[in-house]
Amino acid sequence: MSEFYALLFTVAFWVLIIGLGLKIYQYIKTPAPLKIPLTPAPLTKTGVGFRLAKEAIFFASLFKSNKWIWLFGWLFHMSLFIVLIIHLRYFLETVPEWLVMLQSVGKYAAFTMVIGLVGLLVRRIAVPRIRYISDPSDYLWLILLIVIGITGITMRFFSHTDIISVKAFAIGLESFNWQQLPLDGPLLIHLALVAILMILLPFSKLLHIPGIFFAPTRNQVDNPREQRHVSKWALNLEAEKNKKQP
Amino acid sequence: MADFETPKIREYPVVPIIKEGAMEGTSPFVSRPEFDNKLGYPGELPEDWKDKALAKMGDLLSRYRSLQVFMDSCIKCGACTDKCHYFIGTQDPKNMPVGRQDLLRKVYRRYFTFAGKYFPKLVGAVDLTEEVLDDWFSYYHQCSECRRCTVFCPMGIDTAEVTMAAREILAHVGKASKYSNEILTKVDRIGNNLGLPGPALKGILEDLEEEIEEDTGVAVKFNMDAEGCDALLMTPSADFFAEPHIDGLIGYGKVLHEAGITWTVSSKASEAANFGLFIGSYENMQKVSMRIREAAIDLKVKRIIFGECGHAWRVAYSFLNTLAGPFDFLDQNYPIPQHILEVTHGMLERNELRMNKEENDHMTLTFHDSCNIARASRMGDQPGGQFEIPRAVIKAACNNYVDMDPSTTHEVTFCCGGGGGTLTDDLMEVRVKGALPRMEALRQVTDENGVTNVAAICAICKSQFTKMLPYYGFEMDAIVSVHQLVSSAIVMKGSEQEQELDGAGDEDNSAPETDTD
Repeated sequence: MSEFYALLFTVAFWVLIIGLGLKIYQYIKTPAPLKIPLTPAPLTKTGVGFRLAKEAIFFASLFKSNKWIWLFGWLFHMSLFIVLIIHLRYFLETVPEWLVMLQSVGKYAAFTMVIGLVGLLVRRIAVPRIRYISDPSDYLWLILLIVIGITGITMRFFSHTDIISVKAFAIGLESFNWQQLPLDGPLLIHLALVAILMILLPFSKLLHIPGIFFAPTRNQVDNPREQRHVSKWALNLEAEKNKKQP
Repeated sequence: MADFETPKIREYPVVPIIKEGAMEGTSPFVSRPEFDNKLGYPGELPEDWKDKALAKMGDLLSRYRSLQVFMDSCIKCGACTDKCHYFIGTQDPKNMPVGRQDLLRKVYRRYFTFAGKYFPKLVGAVDLTEEVLDDWFSYYHQCSECRRCTVFCPMGIDTAEVTMAAREILAHVGKASKYSNEILTKVDRIGNNLGLPGPALKGILEDLEEEIEEDTGVAVKFNMDAEGCDALLMTPSADFFAEPHIDGLIGYGKVLHEAGITWTVSSKASEAANFGLFIGSYENMQKVSMRIREAAIDLKVKRIIFGECGHAWRVAYSFLNTLAGPFDFLDQNYPIPQHILEVTHGMLERNELRMNKEENDHMTLTFHDSCNIARASRMGDQPGGQFEIPRAVIKAACNNYVDMDPSTTHEVTFCCGGGGGTLTDDLMEVRVKGALPRMEALRQVTDENGVTNVAAICAICKSQFTKMLPYYGFEMDAIVSVHQLVSSAIVMKGSEQEQELDGAGDEDNSAPETDTD
């Protein structure tokens, strides 16, 4: 069983890295032939950096749209972020002081994460127009994340697992030195679902993670009159080549 | 007129309940081969339409990062679901921005993603069938490419990009909208969307000169094809004869006269509008844009100035440099291209225009931000200039101004309901229903603040309002051009208006009264 999980995580890791890498490569190499920033837009690259940060960190546009979706969505994402950081302790030989400090409060982030996810799930089911746009996978993602959260909470607060062994297992993965995993139900479910998430991420709507940074509507500088912007394929068009010159 | 009900103005605009299939099958007339062939499209459904459509989709995915990213990154959060004026007016869930995008996305997933190829049901992927194609034709012509949904999307997904791609795919399998494609052939053949030939245009311009001289005593020149002027004026052809557009054109003429800028229109490029944008065709948009470059070179001008038109200003401001640049042969001391409002506003700032606001005292005005100007372009040198500059000009021309509800103006302005290639009688139901949110906001300021008129800076908005206002119980001439207000208020040097204000015989007019705004 431990070998199976070790193999699963090794595969999941590489699928995630390669899959996501290929997708990001595709986004980078696909040209944006026209200037289409959503205006008012920043006039400088620094401005664009702030704009993207505001979107990625505070979900600024979602806030404008709908306070409930924003509340649940932001709660979930920020909690997940804290939870992920806390999980670093399984991968670092020596746990730094700040991580220990963060952990003392951060362990409750798992609860807020689940609350956010449940809120999103309830909205998806209860609001007819959101139910209309939901596919089975949209529900499944929320359920998967909720179960990951609940199994995590279970291990942390109720049925403790042998975290020393878990840490040995995790560090062993890094060096292909596979170690034994405690065979607890919650842990096995938790890890299996995390691996599934990692494997499916590059093939799913979770591509919004890189996608948010690649939307030309938000990542372009508003300077079309000052700087001519032309894509490679556009340069090969007939009109471009036969352009009248003064 | 088609049989449909004009939506009721609601006291409290709440999110409407979805009515599946409410607008199913509502589509524009299909274009004809005689138009399509000229634009590089087959004009009829080819035998292998499915392969052709998918090949085009693949081609567009590889050429447009926007499309590729937007197809992947939607999380179905629902943020956009209540933001589209066509959804609000029709309640059809396929008019929710995400619903509209999904018509294309579910096919993208089926043929271009692993999940959709092997687990279609799980991710809502579907085969491309004629029914899907019909849905595309219907619902991608119930979008005005106004980008209001984009403002609210956490991923920055722009439905306009998706709509343009879908229309381009449709055109490649012979299902384009007749309205846009017929107009594009007219621009190419005659020089403008309305099919106004050079001699007729010349006649109109001469009439305008006479009219202004009669009204003011000042000889304001309206040149056509005159070489060596300072500026080429690009304006939507509706400005040459439609109401209230033409009153705006008179305003540009007076402002440019006061500025001492000589200008001409070109009979070959007598159209600022560029429907290549609406149909999502880079090639056609470029071809239309090249006329402007050619006219500027032929007429040896130093500047290009654009009149009041929404999507034309988007193409001019955002794309003209890309499509037809570089414009290194023009005077680099001025923005290329420049908006007429930038010219007028600059003069007002420098106190170079004398305005008699009382001329517009019979009106209380509000301003309709046009979608393409608000969310896809800029004026001036600061972000948001596209909101401040038109308002500053209006306030300099009138005493009574009120903004509509802030949830319907500036970057979240509602489309007039007729943009993006929908301004055609065969889509009247879509237009009337899509106008609802704007009409509600107008009704509110009419009732609460006594607004009598709404000013706009877009030819499509002006035409759409003229048709829509009566449906919602307003007077059809309540819509005015911003430069129409300027035209009424402006006191040109040496005009009869100046004499009236300063008293006859008083020739000392060196110190014009300045504006407080």
